[in-house]
Amino acid sequence: MAQNQPDRGQRGLPGGSPRYSGFAIAKQAMRYHQDWQRAWRAPDPKPAYDAVIIGGGGHGLATAYYLAAVHGMTNIAVVEKGWIGGGNTGRNTTIIRSNYLWDESAAIYEHSMKLWEGLSQDLNFNVMFSQRGVLTIAHSEHELREMSRRVHAIRLNGIDSDILGPAEIKKFVPIINIDQTIRYPVMGGFLQKRGGTARHDAVAWGYARAADDLGVDIIQNCEVTGLRRRGRKIVGIETSRGFIKTGKVGCVVAGHSSVIAAMAGIRLPIASRPLQALVSEPIKPVLDTVIMSNAVHMYISQSDKGEMVLGAGVDKYNSYAQRGSFTVPEHMLSAAVELFPVLSRLRMLRHWGGIVDTCPDASPIISKTDIEGLYFDCGWGTGGFKATPGSGHVFADLIANDRPNAIAAPYTLDRFGTGLLIDEHGAAGVAH
Amino acid sequence: MLLIDCPFCGPRDESEFSCGGEAHIMRPLAENSITDAEFADYLFMRDNPKGLFLERWRHSTGCRRWFNVARDTVSHEIIEIYAMGKSPRTAAAKAAFTSSWRRDSAAEKAAIKPVTPAKTRRGQS
Repeated sequence: MAQNQPDRGQRGLPGGSPRYSGFAIAKQAMRYHQDWQRAWRAPDPKPAYDAVIIGGGGHGLATAYYLAAVHGMTNIAVVEKGWIGGGNTGRNTTIIRSNYLWDESAAIYEHSMKLWEGLSQDLNFNVMFSQRGVLTIAHSEHELREMSRRVHAIRLNGIDSDILGPAEIKKFVPIINIDQTIRYPVMGGFLQKRGGTARHDAVAWGYARAADDLGVDIIQNCEVTGLRRRGRKIVGIETSRGFIKTGKVGCVVAGHSSVIAAMAGIRLPIASRPLQALVSEPIKPVLDTVIMSNAVHMYISQSDKGEMVLGAGVDKYNSYAQRGSFTVPEHMLSAAVELFPVLSRLRMLRHWGGIVDTCPDASPIISKTDIEGLYFDCGWGTGGFKATPGSGHVFADLIANDRPNAIAAPYTLDRFGTGLLIDEHGAAGVAH
Repeated sequence: MLLIDCPFCGPRDESEFSCGGEAHIMRPLAENSITDAEFADYLFMRDNPKGLFLERWRHSTGCRRWFNVARDTVSHEIIEIYAMGKSPRTAAAKAAFTSSWRRDSAAEKAAIKPVTPAKTRRGQS
């Protein structure tokens, strides 16, 4: 499959905001760092916009940025009920990869990967994208066979992926336990070397600053309370800061997608569930890659501060509470300690949950609706962070042109009626 | 953590149970006379309220029996536990039952009242 380079539009703060650079730091140091400008404005909502994005997370801010940078739509706003990047953008385990099974998934996640490569330059903001590799391990013969099928499919799509045996894994990750007598022994794995991590907050802040530079209004503490329609057409949104007139509304609210959809009388196949993660106290560098295991439901990396970042599975019940049950991280930690005995004496510092919008086929919904001017980008479930740039890029294209492009086309809401599902439960990392 | 009062075994820890998702979804009997989109309402579309939610749970490591739970998805408080095949009794849970979009869906109407001839209906009873 041919993968073209994405259209990055106007890059690097064309709006004329002061740029970040080594020189800027030196200059500010001479002035005791007293002259740093604010990274984005805090505007009051205008009475009307050409388009409004609901949700100021990574995906929503990326959508606004690409609407402005690629499609020249600058009279737009992002409305966020809390603060930007305060939801799942600040709660995920920052893993980035594009090693999915199906062609449709390869197209969108690889599109995203290409945007990650160069994102810091596009935004003039260091998102700390680190291609340290993502290694997914298998614990049974069957899983290993399924994995090699997936690796071949991934490679046919022109995406890097390599199978490793236990000895190679041990060499790549010295702290891993490859003893074959443990409950879930390491039997092999596959590595995407271009995968890695990024600083999740920086992604939200970088997109916000670059979108603001292009004239996008980012309105925080502004909750959407209703959608105003005339017949089957959107004419504006009701918010806690008053009515905003607009003909196009892009809804990028993850766990609250069903709540916004209900305002418009739209049904979604989404269940909102808690996904939990933890970080340990910081230690010296022991792990310079990302390890995932679908079978024991664990993923782990080490942050630049030295904390071990651990992701657990999704809770079994629907919730909007941003917390889950203790059994889920307990289950994950027992597997983590068996695979990495070095962790057994570590204290966990923080533990949190985010509400993820799980879809029946573990693939997202990027779609028009039967209401003119209302668009949804949701259903990213447990793996949306890696897709942030790609999701924003194709969703901006959908909003600007009122038709999905080739990458977004398979992800319509209609697929649940036609049966053309994109089943990525195997690649999703977290069982839904 | 949830403490779930199994109607057959008494209060037990959540880890003994599995959650079966939205309750009161009926399979459309007249499946040939409804559209694919309407059948998708039954198969894929789910009620996902922020507030009181009617869901099915199973005491999978205990008596292995199913029952319905009315639980708040924000506070996680369990308002009512009632038997499979029954409707909720508390006012809040009753309201959640009637206000669900599913009560108006073609899939559910086709489940309650098949539009096929009487011959088929006899076969189903």
